[in-house]
Amino acid sequence: MDVVSTVQFGIFSVGDVTADPTTGATPTENERIKAMVAIALKAEEVGLDVFATGEHHNPPFVPSSPTTMLGYIAARTERIILSTSTTLITTNDPVKIAEDFAMLQHLADGRVDLMLGRGNTGPVYPWFGKDIRQGIPLAVENYALLHELWRNEVVDWQGTFRTPLQSFTSTPRPLDGVPPFVWHGSIRSPEIAEQAAYYGDGFFANNIFWPKEHYVRLIELYRERFAHYGHGTPEQAVVGLGGQVFMRRNSQDAVREFRPYFDNAPVYGHGPSLEEFTDQTPLTVGSPQEVIDKTLTFRDTFGDYQRQLFLMDHAGLPLKTVLEQLDLLGEEVVPVLRKEFALARPAGVPDGPTHAALVARDRAADPAGPADAA
Amino acid sequence: MNTVHLVVVSAGLSQPSSTRLLADRLGEATRRALSDRDEDRTVTVRVIELRELAADIANHLVTGFPGAALRDAIEATEQADGLIAVTPIFSASYSGLFKSFFDVLDNGVLAGKPVLIAATGGTARHSLALEHAMRPLFAYLRALVMPTAVYAASEDWGSGGDATTDGLAARIARAAGEPADQLAGRPAAAPAAAEQVVPFAQQLTALRPAGR
Repeated sequence: MDVVSTVQFGIFSVGDVTADPTTGATPTENERIKAMVAIALKAEEVGLDVFATGEHHNPPFVPSSPTTMLGYIAARTERIILSTSTTLITTNDPVKIAEDFAMLQHLADGRVDLMLGRGNTGPVYPWFGKDIRQGIPLAVENYALLHELWRNEVVDWQGTFRTPLQSFTSTPRPLDGVPPFVWHGSIRSPEIAEQAAYYGDGFFANNIFWPKEHYVRLIELYRERFAHYGHGTPEQAVVGLGGQVFMRRNSQDAVREFRPYFDNAPVYGHGPSLEEFTDQTPLTVGSPQEVIDKTLTFRDTFGDYQRQLFLMDHAGLPLKTVLEQLDLLGEEVVPVLRKEFALARPAGVPDGPTHAALVARDRAADPAGPADAA
Repeated sequence: MNTVHLVVVSAGLSQPSSTRLLADRLGEATRRALSDRDEDRTVTVRVIELRELAADIANHLVTGFPGAALRDAIEATEQADGLIAVTPIFSASYSGLFKSFFDVLDNGVLAGKPVLIAATGGTARHSLALEHAMRPLFAYLRALVMPTAVYAASEDWGSGGDATTDGLAARIARAAGEPADQLAGRPAAAPAAAEQVVPFAQQLTALRPAGR
């Protein structure tokens, strides 16, 4: 029984291997990789719409090869959309991204999209022969090529950063001639909001570490430019947001249990208090109702949006705890959010993107079918 | 348009603090010097005590974003017409707290801004820290650093100078005249611009190899 989703709800994983601060136990890479898979399967089981994995090329992170992992998960799931958070558009060869994700799209029968990001670890760029100071130009040029490879069967191309291509065809061609939906992820760059708007792609504001005022400006810019480029009204722009929660039925239990993980978390540990951080960022530590209440404020702040991803499995939380969290998220939080978000959602606000919807839109625009139909 | 906003950043730690005392005297002297030169203009002086923001500054270093009070202080600093920066000298340089505040400012926000630098210390032997530490810091930040820097050692608070050195009051007055000269003729700083973005087509064209 599929609920028609106006907003897509899912989880995104950083894939960090972190010691559990309450026991000192550190999972092996194998345990962490298998845990990510178990978390993805659980996400489908509890009725979530999206599982997204990060991409990292340095310890303590395991997910260096997202399409391998997502292909495996695709074979073991039926319904959930498989995505990334993020795919590095700067250091990956856009030709390989085009091939890998088209292959994944076929294997998963279209249940695939991806979020592009620049990555933020200095040494990763030189490890892949790139220069971090060229981060934005790399994102601009590489995506221009990726966009072309998925839309034109034969590509002649020349740019600044990559070997030229003559008469190149990226295979396999996208499923049904329709490329995977692309989100452009950004924490602070207006250039990326502009890029997403230019192409009429989605914009994912990973808002989990910073106060909302910053993202209000970024998302407004994206919506305004999306309309400027003729893709629709500002309200029709496709926006995704992050979130981060830890729940127990009793709010105090959640705070007590999560505090040591918060205090020692690799990203923000040893800094502000849990209370300061929950006050200033989307982090919610409390009851399912508190998570519902806080998530509903996102719509008031940023407008109606299309995708909500929660970070659930980091900072050394044990797998068992994460799976319990997903039960609460799927059973108690998301059904209420679906209902609330559907209420009062203005007509014309797009639903979260799916392959089926993109194919329908493509056929409506061009009834003759895809240019590369065999 | 007719209001000049001065921001005084003081990194003193004790209460009361000689750094704050020097900061206040420089702020007041600059305000007065500016009013003397340009009677039509109102001058506001806002003092930012870094001690009160110490935890916020450390949290910003860890999380990458400022809490509300620190954000307000950063915005005031960015939008100031002129800056007076005063630190105690610790271990031959500005204090870590002082440096950390300037570390969390965005690139370029002090570019072209008149900055008067000053420091305090237990002994006059540290006075050149202003020249070998403070001045290069603000030169790197592309601020317009005033030629006169003011150092107040403990003994300066109780002496009137000698045959070769002006007393503290005279040095404060001389130093305060320099930002006042800079600001007297200047239009007030423009309010912060809205988010500017390079149109995408322009970003793409910039990357296209010549001849294509």
